[in-house]
Amino acid sequence: MTDQYLPILIIIIVATATAGLILVLNALLGPKAKHRQDFPSKFTPFECGSDLLQDNQKRISIRFYLLALLFVLFDLEGILLYPWAVVGRTLGTIAYIEIFIFLFLLLVALFWAYRRKALDWR
Amino acid sequence: MESSFLGINTVNFITSFLLATAVFLFMFMMGALMSWSERKQSAVLQDRIGANRASIPLPGGKKLALWGFINNLADAIKTLVKEDFKPRAYDFLMYNLAIFFAFVPATITAAVVPFAGVLKPAEFFQAWYLKWIPWLPEFFTNNLPDFSFRVQVADLNVGLLFIFAISGLNIFGAILAGWSSNNKFSMMGGMRGASQMISYEISMGISLLGLIFIYQQVDIWELVQAQRELAWGWLPKWGIFLQPFAFFLFLFAAIAENKRMPFDLPEAESEIISGYFTEYSGFKMLLFMFAEFITIAFVAVIVSTLFFGGYSVPYLMADGFHWPWGGFTQLSHATVVIMEILSFTLKVFFFCWLLQQMRWSLPRFRYDQLMKLGWKILLPLSILNLIVTIVIVALGGF
Repeated sequence: MTDQYLPILIIIIVATATAGLILVLNALLGPKAKHRQDFPSKFTPFECGSDLLQDNQKRISIRFYLLALLFVLFDLEGILLYPWAVVGRTLGTIAYIEIFIFLFLLLVALFWAYRRKALDWR
Repeated sequence: MESSFLGINTVNFITSFLLATAVFLFMFMMGALMSWSERKQSAVLQDRIGANRASIPLPGGKKLALWGFINNLADAIKTLVKEDFKPRAYDFLMYNLAIFFAFVPATITAAVVPFAGVLKPAEFFQAWYLKWIPWLPEFFTNNLPDFSFRVQVADLNVGLLFIFAISGLNIFGAILAGWSSNNKFSMMGGMRGASQMISYEISMGISLLGLIFIYQQVDIWELVQAQRELAWGWLPKWGIFLQPFAFFLFLFAAIAENKRMPFDLPEAESEIISGYFTEYSGFKMLLFMFAEFITIAFVAVIVSTLFFGGYSVPYLMADGFHWPWGGFTQLSHATVVIMEILSFTLKVFFFCWLLQQMRWSLPRFRYDQLMKLGWKILLPLSILNLIVTIVIVALGGF
């Protein structure tokens, strides 16, 4: 177990250390930031040159809420299909019939979502 | 050589460390190479010369420009000495965490991909063109005569699932960067990025199921081994021949998943500046760009591993070429390993080139077209592909 996953830990440490080192170097080598009150417009969020009307820390309507729900459903079904795909060929006819029923239901669900216009980007 | 560290054999530990560093550097260098070829290839496609001014003066009045590669070096130095700019009212933790979420998963996903077959150092350094290395050949023959390892950082039995799990973390990079930098364009870019990535992740996962069903594996090493077999004695059982349709589905889904050009809505310059990394400057911005290039390189890596036999060269076995017409060409161990690494790298380069060619040839989608392609075309088609594969296998194919 440790034998298998230790190299992953090593590469995570190497990658994180490289990114961290670069960020620290950037902060050390670059010119120091001036006082914010002296340059108020420099630190405002980028707005194509016009003045900022309102801040961003407010509620916005997230349009893909429905898509996110569908994603959870379909991704779970994908996860369920993975173990089946690995062992499916050794399980015999009954496994084929079951997976066809499952995939049929999946397609029907997708078609239903399509018909209810849940997949449309409005 | 019986010493151990953390319960792990020292030799194994050193090997994993060297391999991990090498694979990380490979992916990092692919990022650098991609950012160079992106400039140069776009220039060629648009009939320009491209970056060629930055150069290192050589003695004798000549200049070393390396076809514009020095420009990248100059960019790296320039961005490194930029001011460490922080926008107003940003969220310190999330703002910095986003960089790591974008960069680290991109580089570590290649850890489960084999870059070549089994390497046996004692035999490897016996090749005539490696004899000149001072003490390594003697060291391995004297101390570790039987030591061998796979040129793969981690041989996980969950291989493919690991890749999906880790590359899914990229979404956090986009959405955290978008939310934390307190900018409406960033916010919009992050939202677009997240919805696009989750939409295409499903098609990406399901399009590979047919391949897994045929090979009955998710272990990447075993998948490559299965692709080295021959059908009818001459055709290598590469994924592209068994699942040609899945290849295209996976390629399109993977490009969209990585926000690449025809699908680069999250960072569409003319609409929302630079998307979720608008408020990042200096090397922070460069790290986001790097992460993007590295994920593209990783798409090339995974496509060549799953559909084009990974490191395998057709008919090349551990001792040389076994030609389908019965001949046999013996090759030394070192030659075989080097050929495998070269073949893998060439396949990766080819797909990097293909992805960049696509980027500069195709116009950008509209957002509803993007969603339509993901949910209404790619997803049903990948489910249908799986059904057809199952029917063919059940009827006795493969």
